[in-house]
Amino acid sequence: MNTIYLDNSATTKTDEEVLKAMLPYFSENYGNPSSIYKIGRENKKAVEEAREKVAKVLNCEPNEIYFTAGGSESDNTAIRGIAYSYKNKGNHIITSKIEHPAVLETCKQLEKEGFEVTYVGVDENGIIRLDELENSIKPTTTLITIMFANNEIGTIQPVKEIGEIAKKNNIAFHTDAVQAVGSERIDVKEMNIDSLSLSAHKFYGPKGVGALYVRKGIKFDKFINGGHQERNKRAGTENVPGIVGLGKAIELAYDSLEEHNKKIKELRDYYVEQVKEKIPYIKINGDMQKRLVGNSNISFRFIEGEGLLLNLDLKGICASSGSACTSGSLDPSHVLLAIGLPHEIAHGSLRVSIGKYNTKEEIDYTVESLVEIVGRLREMSPLWEKFIEEGNK
Amino acid sequence: MEYSEKVVDHYTNPRNVGKIEDASGVGEVGNPVCGDIMKMFIKVENNVIVDVKFKTFGCGAAIATSSISTEMIKGKTIEEALQLKNTDVVNSLGGLPPVKLHCSVLAEEAIHEAIADYYRKEGKMTEEEIKEKCNLKEHHCDSCGI
Repeated sequence: MNTIYLDNSATTKTDEEVLKAMLPYFSENYGNPSSIYKIGRENKKAVEEAREKVAKVLNCEPNEIYFTAGGSESDNTAIRGIAYSYKNKGNHIITSKIEHPAVLETCKQLEKEGFEVTYVGVDENGIIRLDELENSIKPTTTLITIMFANNEIGTIQPVKEIGEIAKKNNIAFHTDAVQAVGSERIDVKEMNIDSLSLSAHKFYGPKGVGALYVRKGIKFDKFINGGHQERNKRAGTENVPGIVGLGKAIELAYDSLEEHNKKIKELRDYYVEQVKEKIPYIKINGDMQKRLVGNSNISFRFIEGEGLLLNLDLKGICASSGSACTSGSLDPSHVLLAIGLPHEIAHGSLRVSIGKYNTKEEIDYTVESLVEIVGRLREMSPLWEKFIEEGNK
Repeated sequence: MEYSEKVVDHYTNPRNVGKIEDASGVGEVGNPVCGDIMKMFIKVENNVIVDVKFKTFGCGAAIATSSISTEMIKGKTIEEALQLKNTDVVNSLGGLPPVKLHCSVLAEEAIHEAIADYYRKEGKMTEEEIKEKCNLKEHHCDSCGI
């Protein structure tokens, strides 16, 4: 049975070209970039070339890019680092209710450490309420951290507008762009972004490596203490193969961004249309316009998401859900609750995230499988029985 | 999180799915907020559970525990069925991940509710007696407080 991978928001397959670029840095060019001899110096150069590639994509300077071990580390570094650097100015942070746990948990920790955090709400499509954001600004606000695009429902936030609000009020603006990099064109200057997190494995790069952009002039504390790597902001010998892979992956992603996005969007729209046509009583979660091209999030009423995922898995299909049973807790996704979904509809959500390797045949097979599985699970569901008995109310 | 082969078998091919139109007793536990509802139908003849069917809204573990518990009480006397513990269900399934143990509790509760419903329909016992005999508890869910 072939694997049909429709969970590209979770991670992506490393591109063959990326892997090829990385391989020499394991057992041939293995020198420490801080060393003075040739195989060290060459690796320093490889790291700097990757930095230039990232800077080019974001429209910033290479020395505004810091390599990290991934999106979560970038978020932690930026939020904690900026919050503590500006503590003498104020202790108030603004974020949203639908952030990734890497941001939410960092903010919660900062609350325990004496900071004050406002969690701004979103509308029914998952778009941040700009008026609420503006109204929550205080003289003590030093940082706004709002994600570029949501990982569950794919909603793209009005980043440029948030950047303008932040700039007008002289507040630093960080954005967790882990889901957006590789899918959206981002210009940190034009969008007034002061700090941005990204992660290589979301755009066909390797896992365990990410980057943080911080605009020159924005102060942030060192996150990992030790050596003087990354201009004394992030200690630890550089993950050279990973960084080379990140550089290659971001270059490939943006060289053919429009071409890939066109194909991915067509497949995503086809999937959503097919599900709408073939399965009744569904709810499409999130905004269909301001949305990442590969993301779809659909709730199938009267059934629970984990049962759906397990049955899809038996057919070789990989997807994810915002149900409690798949979140590892007993609550459904905080994002789906924030857009106002009742618990039982949030439990039945299915995120299918399409990537550049997916095909129309895979979508057809998936929809066909969904028709069968959803039908079977509904036949088994007392909620469905009740719904039918009560005359489809 | 890894499910045992037995759990996979039961959520893939659940036994006794459906409803019994002229059921002797029906028990429903859980709620949609938590993401688990189990409905158990029993047919009783001469104090023996001759048929049992279920409907479940819930995760793989909820479906598997419902399915195996119907197998475990079919053909048993009411007294034997009342003795079925959630731990028996878990053991028969070859274990459940810790976060899923509450599903097995639901299965036990659904059986007890179905038997209580049977007693109520029979009309020979007071509600107090039924509650005691069937060990009925207020269902409580830690996550939503229901």
